[in-house]
Amino acid sequence: MAFLSDVMETILDMNVWANPLVQVLLGIFVLLIIASIVNHLLKRSRPDKNFSEIGNRIRSWWFMAIVFSIATLIHENISLVFFAFLTYLALKEYFSMIPTRRADRRVLFFAYLSIPIQFLWIYMEWYGMFIIFIPIYMFLFLPIVMVLIGQTKGFLKSIGAIHWGIMLMVFGLSHLAYFLALPEAMNPLAGGAGFIIYLVILTQLNDVSQFLFGKMLGKRKIVPAVSPNKTWAGFLGGVGSTVLLALLLAPLLTPFTWVAAIGSGVLISVFGFIGDVNVSALKRDIGVKDSGKALPGHGGILDRIDSLTYTAPLFFHFTNFFY
Amino acid sequence: MPWLQKLFFIFMVKPILLIVLGINLHHPDRLPKDGPAVLIANHNSHMDTPLLMNLFPLSKLPNVRPIAAADYFFKTRWLAWFATNIMNIIPIARRGDKKQGDPLEPLSDALDRGEVLIFFPEGTRGEPEQMTELKSGLAHLIKRHPHVPVHPIFTHGLGKAMPKGDPLIVPFTANIHIGEPLFWQGDREQFMAAASDRFRTLKEEGNYGEWE
Repeated sequence: MAFLSDVMETILDMNVWANPLVQVLLGIFVLLIIASIVNHLLKRSRPDKNFSEIGNRIRSWWFMAIVFSIATLIHENISLVFFAFLTYLALKEYFSMIPTRRADRRVLFFAYLSIPIQFLWIYMEWYGMFIIFIPIYMFLFLPIVMVLIGQTKGFLKSIGAIHWGIMLMVFGLSHLAYFLALPEAMNPLAGGAGFIIYLVILTQLNDVSQFLFGKMLGKRKIVPAVSPNKTWAGFLGGVGSTVLLALLLAPLLTPFTWVAAIGSGVLISVFGFIGDVNVSALKRDIGVKDSGKALPGHGGILDRIDSLTYTAPLFFHFTNFFY
Repeated sequence: MPWLQKLFFIFMVKPILLIVLGINLHHPDRLPKDGPAVLIANHNSHMDTPLLMNLFPLSKLPNVRPIAAADYFFKTRWLAWFATNIMNIIPIARRGDKKQGDPLEPLSDALDRGEVLIFFPEGTRGEPEQMTELKSGLAHLIKRHPHVPVHPIFTHGLGKAMPKGDPLIVPFTANIHIGEPLFWQGDREQFMAAASDRFRTLKEEGNYGEWE
């Protein structure tokens, strides 16, 4: 009950509404309300057309926005648990999608264990361990488990696939959570959560605007063999709108100068694209379209956060280096 | 004790399916809303039955009856209690055990009452993620109920997560492919071939590759 009254107090506290995080999230909800209304009107005026795909997408956006707001606003430890769970879902989707060997069941089990341990370092704010645990200790430990199991056929392919998954999902995504452990002085305005929301909004907007610009203007394909929907027009439109939004949101959520805001906009846009086509190449290799069916209209969790596997660590080290 | 069954599903089955495993459901619209109907599925794990039962809303659970081998599930008193009260099974004697008359009669009665039967025509869990030949007991039952739809359901992933004889659970997302209903067409071999064929199509739809 003490927890509930804490929450009530926070909501009633007038200062909450002056918090830039709250203002930005409220802005997102306003946009979602507008999208829902427009979708509803469209459905009404054109009953012959099927809008269920867009409707599903909007509903999933609502779900993601609500979960994300709860996860970042209430308490830091809740955010940590949320990001750990998100990492777990992404890794589970990856391991379920790729071909794995029967012999590797135990290796996969230990690979999953890397998540609570990695998030423990974040909780302890132990940066050194956070940064080396996966690429040193996990990468050297898992082959030992595999050798002890003794199945040599497919050894290299298997250890490669498992290591790459842990690198993208666990190491990459856990950087989102480490923003919370950064010293408050780095971002006196909005704290670590400000960086997270900045990064996630820009990454998601970049995905959407690359898709929209590609649909409207796209002709010349960038990597047709990997992702036939990716065009230069989409890519450049994405870079443009992401940089624009990066400049708009920077004074609210970050301590960035306008140069740093442009830099992070370009960085998030370019590497969001690479994270996206990276996972596309993987899916094409094993012959699946969506990584799962967790989010109606959006495919699996992995389809939604593929860009973040690149933007999270890169944006983290960008801010950590310059601020 | 339907409330005990509901509690078990709310606090055990659903959390495990949601957190440890996770489900991709393909063609949910093909699932029958109500009985009489027969679901046939490949069998890889102890989790198969709760997973298939969970496709139905809680209010329908008492109407969903897995068919299970009597010799296995009545081995101990605790298991027998669990199988009867929580899983709501219809026990059936496996082939070669012909002490008591017609083994299919309880199944026929259940279909007459409008229940949904869950049937594993491979007979046993077998090697994880590998299908074996379907047993024909199913055909004998359906012959008596030519108007009852038979829905082939192909599941993939549970055998990886919880294979037979391994106590370690490793999280894997389960894929459930629900097939179009089949009906009895007058011939046993033809029916069994059609069922195997349907399973093959559903399996190809998933394109999962072999588990090396």
